[in-house]
Amino acid sequence: MASTSAQARFDCLVIGAGHNGLVCAATLARAGRSVLVLEAAKHVGGAALTREFAPGFRVSAGAHLLHMMPAQLLRDLQLGAHGLEWAAQGMATTALLPGGGSLRVGAEAGTESGAADTQAYAIYSARMRRFAAALAPIFARTPPRLGTTDWADRLAMLKIGWAIRKLGRHDMRELLRIGGMNVFDLLEENFESAALQGALGFDAVLGANFGPRSPGTVLTLLYRLAAESAAGPSGLSQPKGGMGAVCDALAKAAVAAGATIRTGTSVAHIQVEGDRACGVTLESGETIGAKRVISSADPKTTFLRLLGPRHLDTGFVRRVNHIRSRGLCAKLHLALNLAPRFSGLSESSMKGRLLIAPSLQYLEHAYNDSKYGEFSAAPAMEITVPTVNDPALAPAGQHVMSAIIQYVPYALKAGWDSGRQRLLDTTLGLLESYAPGLRASVIGAELLTPVDIEREFHTSGGHWHHGDLAFDQFLMVRPVPGAAQYRTPLDGLFLCGAGCHPGGGVMGLAGRNAAHEILKLSTSSP
Amino acid sequence: MNENVAPHFQQPLLKTPFHERARALSQVDSFIPWAGYTTVDVFTTVEQEYFAIRNATTLYDLTPMVKYRVVGADALPYLNRLVTRDITKLKPNRVAYCVWCNDAGHIIDDGTIFRLGESDYRLCTAERQLDWLLDSAIGFDVDISEVTEEIAALAVQGPTSCAVLKAAGLTGVPGLKPFDIGYFELGGHGVTVSRTGFTGDLGYEVWMDPAAAEAIWDALMAAGRSRGIRAIGSQALNIARIEAGFLSPNVDFVSAEHTIRTGRDRSPLELGLSWLVDFKKGHFTGRRALMAEQARGVQRQLVGLDVAGNKPAHNALLYTDESGKREIGSVTSAIWSPTCKRNIALAIVNAPHFRIGSTVWAEIYLNRELVWERRMSRAKVVERPFFAPERRRATPPGEF
Repeated sequence: MASTSAQARFDCLVIGAGHNGLVCAATLARAGRSVLVLEAAKHVGGAALTREFAPGFRVSAGAHLLHMMPAQLLRDLQLGAHGLEWAAQGMATTALLPGGGSLRVGAEAGTESGAADTQAYAIYSARMRRFAAALAPIFARTPPRLGTTDWADRLAMLKIGWAIRKLGRHDMRELLRIGGMNVFDLLEENFESAALQGALGFDAVLGANFGPRSPGTVLTLLYRLAAESAAGPSGLSQPKGGMGAVCDALAKAAVAAGATIRTGTSVAHIQVEGDRACGVTLESGETIGAKRVISSADPKTTFLRLLGPRHLDTGFVRRVNHIRSRGLCAKLHLALNLAPRFSGLSESSMKGRLLIAPSLQYLEHAYNDSKYGEFSAAPAMEITVPTVNDPALAPAGQHVMSAIIQYVPYALKAGWDSGRQRLLDTTLGLLESYAPGLRASVIGAELLTPVDIEREFHTSGGHWHHGDLAFDQFLMVRPVPGAAQYRTPLDGLFLCGAGCHPGGGVMGLAGRNAAHEILKLSTSSP
Repeated sequence: MNENVAPHFQQPLLKTPFHERARALSQVDSFIPWAGYTTVDVFTTVEQEYFAIRNATTLYDLTPMVKYRVVGADALPYLNRLVTRDITKLKPNRVAYCVWCNDAGHIIDDGTIFRLGESDYRLCTAERQLDWLLDSAIGFDVDISEVTEEIAALAVQGPTSCAVLKAAGLTGVPGLKPFDIGYFELGGHGVTVSRTGFTGDLGYEVWMDPAAAEAIWDALMAAGRSRGIRAIGSQALNIARIEAGFLSPNVDFVSAEHTIRTGRDRSPLELGLSWLVDFKKGHFTGRRALMAEQARGVQRQLVGLDVAGNKPAHNALLYTDESGKREIGSVTSAIWSPTCKRNIALAIVNAPHFRIGSTVWAEIYLNRELVWERRMSRAKVVERPFFAPERRRATPPGEF
């Protein structure tokens, strides 16, 4: 529409300054597009954000570890030059065991559980690494569409098939065998130690609406491993200054490339003219025209709230409405006046991530409660003490603990008014049993339930992946058919958030893939 | 619970409020299921009933037609996004024929929308589809409820229908223009009358409280006695609707919600219903797909055929020439038209053979005392409707 482009002040308008929005904006700006980023919060970052939660104590309020953002992306956007530094890289994972033991996951797998597991772990981890490496290339690509005659779609399908075929007959057969299994069966098949099984199984269900016995959990584990494989060799990393430092650097990269970022600017709705997205209207009433609107908000927010069903077909709205996006994780932040002391844990392990998932059975039981709208009396947790690697996050000599509590239902049956304190008591009680004395050292605490996460980070259902990462929400069906190639049914409107392939976790690939799709289009085409 | 009454699962079909009256008049005991109800297929003979449609007045029980009430602040934008037609143009107390499509622009169903009040609509459909209607309501302030059982309905159709209704005391009926809705009283019962129907003739549809159904049936039968009133079943109606060129769901098209094979669903452009599709009114479900289809060019179309001979071309395959080598479509509905004295059919024909005036060849199979014969009949693509008497539109209608 000629009238639209005449008013369009920007080539691209990106909704949301989370990591995906910023990666997308920076990539587009570097390619010469004029880009405006609008962020509702007072600061950039989305759910990759560092903020104060108790006087003098700062924490990564959403995600607290970086392990999926590709090294190539960090280099391309020169995040190092824009101030990103590391407090720690290659962080270890240690499982805390009831009664005071611990188990370092990795090369020492068998030290507590026997030589058989040591050998099994070597075989298992090498095989999983091969599978992950085979699957890794799909992350940086736009998913193919199904059922088209387009050669690019067919070629993309062939590439996925070829990557699996290339594994060789033995590995391919094994991948196809375990691909549909649940992680409980897979790990029981491989290992004797319940502690090792629990620690390895935890990563298959972290952030998901799955217990280890749920079908498809081997696939979710492989997906995580493949994302890590695609990211490069750095492993679990902690940015200096918390996760917010990643987005601060991304924002600097975007601005340096010419993008404009406006924070504290909430989009009320996407404007449509002549069946084409042509800009946005802000909560303030101001309208901003743009040739393309690119939303990093989750698909439900984008389509149902910002755009509105009346610009979409019923079948499409029905699919969006059915995206499974109820968060099942809570976040706990503790301000401690002493360094926490976990029984039987070495000083060095404190630098890494700690898991409370002593067995697969434990995880499954914790999951069971969540199915019926409860949280478990014995929840699973991923714990970091970021001040061990980055003391500047707290006053001298004091510490911050950041923990994800797994299997906390969005819709708590008893309601969150009464549930919040109960969950805090339960969790502190559990932590006290692993780290005696911890409770007395707590001088500040913040608990974010899925409902709080939804409110703070504007994600439907408080799901930090913007929708479950599961077989039926991967690849060309993420978020839904008809919007899985970053384009939407409405010309001029694109998606670039975690709701798209390859999904959530602080990865940035959804934003980059979307930018690449948009750059394939000429500035005048839809 | 009365032990003499069989449980519902043993007699799953419902009875309409007119059932006892219909049973009393049925001479051949020919009942068929329709949308969960048992209804009359033929009362006496099809011919007798058909000629009553074209020469007198007929009563047809259309209670089983599925009805939804749509109310709420967003009722209008909701319906306008649901159907392909521009409903903003539908004034209160008017009716509009509509189709609605899925995302691919394929027809889910056809039906009528009655605007009963400012934000009060009734949607009459062939199939139950609350699921689709509710999913279409996501994001709209609208309340949708099925009211099929709450409203009994009779089609009063035929050249003397207006006179019959007037004789029954509905003195305002002659003032109703086609697709108008009026409110009247009949024997102390409030009735709603719409000038709508499925016969292509002069006719009305009378909507009422089921409790008043028998009284109204009796009153109409009494008022129509001198004008040849007759109850009719679905078979006679089917002849009339083909003459009128109207489509029958699951006969002339299959709902896109029910098709399994690819290419079996139909767009409104293919069914010759482009006049119902308003691309200028704003977004509606299927719009983008229909725009693309229009840009590509319609690949097949439903047309009327005038077939040589007097043997109806039931289910006939269509060919480019008499050799029957190149198939180009098939017949969906066929009859010998008693009023037009023509052998007519509705058929789906591939491009470019669907143009008016084109000649196609129909492969007709005839069963002659258990010996099958095959006949290739020349057929011409013609305009629909086949039968369109002036009286169907005339306001006030003539006194017959």
